[in-house]
Formats: sequence, C-alpha cells, structure tokens
Amino acid sequence: MNAAIAVPPPDARVRYLLRLADTSLVLGQRLGEWIGHAPAIEEDLGLANTALDLMGLARLLLAYAGELEGRGRDEDALAFLREEPEYLNATLAEQPNGDFGDTIVRQYLLDAYRLELLERLAGSADGRLAAIAAKAAKEARYHVRYSGGWLVRLGDGTAESHARVQGSLERLWPLTRELFDADEIDRAMAEAGIAPDLGEVATAWSRRVDATLREATLARPKDTPYLWYGKQGRHSEHLGYLLADLQYLQRAHPGASW
Amino acid sequence: MSDTRDWPLYEIFIRARGGLDHKHVGSVHAADATMAIEHARDVYTRRMEGISIWAVRATDITASDPAESDALFEPARDKIYRHPTFYDIPKEVETL
Amino acid sequence: MYTQGLNEQTGRPVAAEATEDEARLRAFQARIDAEEKIEPKDWMPDAYRQTLIRQISQHAHSEIVGMLPEGNWITRAPSLMRKSILIAKVQDEGGHGAYLYSAAETLGVSRAELIDQLLSGRAKYSSIFNYPTLSWADVGAIGWLVDGAAIMNQIPLCRCSYGPYARAMIRICKEESFHQRQGYDIMLKLARGTAAQRRMAQDALDRWWWPSLMMFGPPDAASMHTAHSVRWKIKRFTNDELRQKFVDFTVPQAKFLGLNVPDPALRWDAEAGMHRYGEIDWTEFNQVLKGHGPCNRERLAERRAAHEDGRWVREAAAAHAAKHGARAAA
Repeated sequence: MNAAIAVPPPDARVRYLLRLADTSLVLGQRLGEWIGHAPAIEEDLGLANTALDLMGLARLLLAYAGELEGRGRDEDALAFLREEPEYLNATLAEQPNGDFGDTIVRQYLLDAYRLELLERLAGSADGRLAAIAAKAAKEARYHVRYSGGWLVRLGDGTAESHARVQGSLERLWPLTRELFDADEIDRAMAEAGIAPDLGEVATAWSRRVDATLREATLARPKDTPYLWYGKQGRHSEHLGYLLADLQYLQRAHPGASW
Repeated sequence: MSDTRDWPLYEIFIRARGGLDHKHVGSVHAADATMAIEHARDVYTRRMEGISIWAVRATDITASDPAESDALFEPARDKIYRHPTFYDIPKEVETL
Repeated sequence: MYTQGLNEQTGRPVAAEATEDEARLRAFQARIDAEEKIEPKDWMPDAYRQTLIRQISQHAHSEIVGMLPEGNWITRAPSLMRKSILIAKVQDEGGHGAYLYSAAETLGVSRAELIDQLLSGRAKYSSIFNYPTLSWADVGAIGWLVDGAAIMNQIPLCRCSYGPYARAMIRICKEESFHQRQGYDIMLKLARGTAAQRRMAQDALDRWWWPSLMMFGPPDAASMHTAHSVRWKIKRFTNDELRQKFVDFTVPQAKFLGLNVPDPALRWDAEAGMHRYGEIDWTEFNQVLKGHGPCNRERLAERRAAHEDGRWVREAAAAHAAKHGARAAA
C-alpha cells in the first residue's frame, strides 16, 4: 500500500459501515411492514425474502461496526439505542411504503445502487467488509431481478399502472442524488481502497437504471437539487416514526433481554 | 379451474440436489414465466429444498386418464420375463 | 396451522349423494379402506370433494388471516434476531396458505373463487385469529400454544386419504415445529427475565389458553361431520382426543416456565393417567365464530384492503404478459 495513503481513522470507518448497515436495516424494516398486505400471497413471500436478506446484511455490518468502534455496542445496541441523527441510512430507504408501485420504485433504485456498490465492495481492502459484500452481492442480484421485473411490468402494464409508477418515480428520484454525492467519508474510504469511487458507481447505476426504465417505457426524471442527507444524520420526518416502532420495546424495558 | 381473475397456474418441479430428477411439488400463480420461477423459489425453496426449478403452464400438461389405467398399465404386469429375477441361473455361474 | 374445529361449524353436513353410483361408491370406499391415496383425476364422490374443498380452503384462509396478528409485531420485535425469526415465521404461514390453495385447486375450484368466499365472509377461518396480539409475549404464546395445537391437528392430516392435501401437510408439518419452538423460546426468555417480562408472559398465557383449547373444535358429542370425515380418512382422531393430548403435553411445559395455567379445575388424574380440565366456554367460541370476536372485522377489513389495493398491480402484470407473451417480463 502506498505510504502516502493514510488509513482513515476508525471513527470514519465506523460511520461508513453504519451507512451501509442502516440503509439495509431501515429498508428491511419497511419491507417487513408489507407482509400480510401484498397484492398476492406469493408477493408477500417475495418481499419477506428480500426483507430477511436485508436484515441479515444489517446484522453482519452492525456487528462489525460495533467491534471496530470498541465501545462494547453489539448489533442490537446499535439498532435499538441510537437516535435519528445517529442513524446514517440513505434518506430514500426510510420513505414510507406508499402503494406497491412506490415500494417497487424505492426498492429498484436502491437495489440497483446496492448491487453496483456491493460488487465493488467485494474487492475492498478491508477483508471482512469484502467478504460480507461478496455474500450480499449475490442476494442483491436477485433483488434487482425481482424489483426490476416488477418495475417493467408496472411501467409497461396498464395505463393506470404506468401513470402511477411514473408518479412514484418523479417523487422518489430526487432522493437518489444523495447516494452518489461523495462527502469526506466517501472520499476517504475510496482513497484507502475500502470503498469504490462513487462516481464510478453512479455511472454504472445510471446505465443499469436507464436500460430498465426503457424496457418499462418510463421516462427518467430530471435531476433536481436536494437537501436532505440521511447519510450524515439529516433525515426526512419519516425516520422518527420508523424508529419509534423499531425501538419501542428496548426503550420501554431498558436492559431487558429478549 | 381457470378463472381469469387469477394469474395463470403453473405447475412447479424442483431438483433437490445434483443427480436427482425434477419432482413435482405443487403449483403457483404467476402472470408470466419469469414470475413463476420467482414465485416457485419463494414458495417452495425457502429451506434449500432445491437447486433447479421448472415451471410449466398447467394448461400445457397432458395427463393420462385414470379410467384408462387398466388399458395403459395392466399389460406390463404379466411380462415377468422382463425382470432379472425371472431367470434361475445355477450358483456356479458367477458375475452374471 | 389450524384446521380442526372449522369443518364442523359451517352449516349443513354434506350428505353422501344417494344418486352416486353405488358400485363406484363401494369401490371408492374400498380404496380408502386399503389406505390407497386418492389423486385429483380419480373418481370421487361429490360429497368427498366438497368436504375437502371446504376443509382445505378454510385451512388456507386460516394461514393467510393468521399472518396478521403476528405480523402486527414485525416492526416492533425486540431484537434483530427476533425480527428475522418472526419475518421468516409469518412468511412460512403465507407459504402454507399457498401450498393449501394449490392443493384445493386440484379439486377443480379456483383460488379467486376461494378468496372471494373469504373476503365476502362466506368462508370461515380459524377463530383464534380474531383475538388481538397485545404484547410481545403474545407472539411467544401463539407459537407455543396455537402452533402447538395446530401441530396436534395436523400430524394426522399427513396421512389424509387425498394425496395433494396429505403432501401439502407433510411439507407444512416439517416447517411447523420451528414455529412452536421459537414461540416457546420467546416464553422462556420472558419467564426468566424481569418482573415486567414475567407479567407479560403470564398475561399472554391467561388470554391464549382457552382459545387454544377451542381450536380443536366443539366436543365430539356436538360435532357434525366427524363420522363422515373419519370414514373417508380425512380425519383420524376426534376433537376431544386431540384436545386431551394437547393439554397433557402443554401443562408440564407451562410448569417448566413457572407460569400458571388459568384453569382452577385443572388437576392430574393419576388413575386415568391424564389431566382433567375445566369447562370450556362454548358461548364465547360460538360468538367469535359468528363474527363477534374482538378482531373479526379488523382482520377481514385488512385482507379486503390488501386484495383491493393489489388489484391494479395484478392487472398490470397480466396486461404486461398479454402484450409481450407470457415468456417475456424482466
């Protein structure tokens, strides 16, 4: 390794891992809300499978972040006892489920991002992160197939479904900007070879998304300015409610084990 | 059986492990073949029950009629000479 | 999970058609008596077909409605491990519903028709799901008691005379024992936890005990279909036999948890080698069955909303397939 490249301080690495972990956890939590309410029983099962993969990934990453942090916090301490500003998930992940079209758009945009990111993280200089990412990339390939397949069916389905899902895309698109807007932590991780260059991820993501949108006969929305940065702890209003549900029992019974 | 409000029915066959045949496990509803594979995966392989899936439109399956079972399958019954146990080979003859 | 005690309840017993060909009926009964399996395309008496459609579809509906009370706790599960387990468990119930609808469809009825019957209130599902889940301990109690009772009911169904139903039940029973164990595991943790957690566990047992006993259906003396179903080997034990077995299995498990079974009349009868338990409140059972349970309206409303909200999605997928040929997509 080039001596000029400083290994980022543990704090920055922990924060980077929490970004990945929290996005996975929050998105999994949202999908969990669907179970029992999907458009067909088989879709209940499909959404649940993705939720389980996301939870599994979140747990691996949280456990790793906790160890690296060295303050004795395990996966549950990190998931259940941090407040909104300490959560570092992408704002897109915490958006409410809305209708099935909203969920599919949110899922596809994030799945495509996660796949491009995870495939590159599989070559990370951080061996443990690389191993976690390699496993998760396999799952993400299926997630993209599932959400992408649905995006195409809804986009190129009926007039109603096309209009609905184009609307979902317009609403959620501005939140994708955050994913590729590299900040200090992203840059430090890229320099250390721990994470890929976000510009490269953005290009690959764009190519993938464009192809799917074309097949779905959907128009790519224009990029617009965007102000929330969940990955820095500045969230939309929705996260507070999500955490209130998620953390309720641990907060109500401090120190109890379950 | 066919109700246009349902997505079409696909019969699902799964290979549990390499070296085994695909075996019928049940059915799923799906709008298209890709979805049928995904549904079969989610419904029938949540516990590593398979490594390969076939999905076949139920309406594309031709099945024999149980009422014709006698005509179809009985004739094989008396062909006992097809089975190796039919032949009495002296003990002295080995490796046969 | 959850089938017995349904069949008995829904109206008239199905009379074997006098008009069915006597010889065919005799041949059919001979096959059943010889423990042969009946398969979808085989000839069967109409009453046998109707009994099965009703029982299998009610069982399927129970699985689907049964996703709701526990699903209620997915977002609030107290650890990430528990959350994953609960998602997997509720997902399994959806899977069981899918296996069972699939088995019912081999009898010549469509899933859309069956779902119509559920959503219009014409079909029944297990009454147990019309009780609310008020605390995390309820998730434990459902796994331990409700799934425990379901397993009692279901193991004999693996030998049911109708092939597709028996095969679906074998698959279901394999998965069900995970459900019961995770439930008991939750109860164990609570029973060994803080005072508040122990109270939560006792409260859940208090509320779920009697409804669990009711899951086995009315007493044999009052049961309408048993004789027929037993003769056709759709059912192999009576409601009371299974209920007794459940009590005998469960009471020691409650003792191990240090929890009290809420039945002052409960005692061990050493001579008979079984537990004696108190009177079940069948008035409550019948009320819940008739739609006056605490959550009947909510559960059905939730299922109806899911079905209605999903309509445009199902139509879109069908329209896409029609445009591109069923092979396309994605």
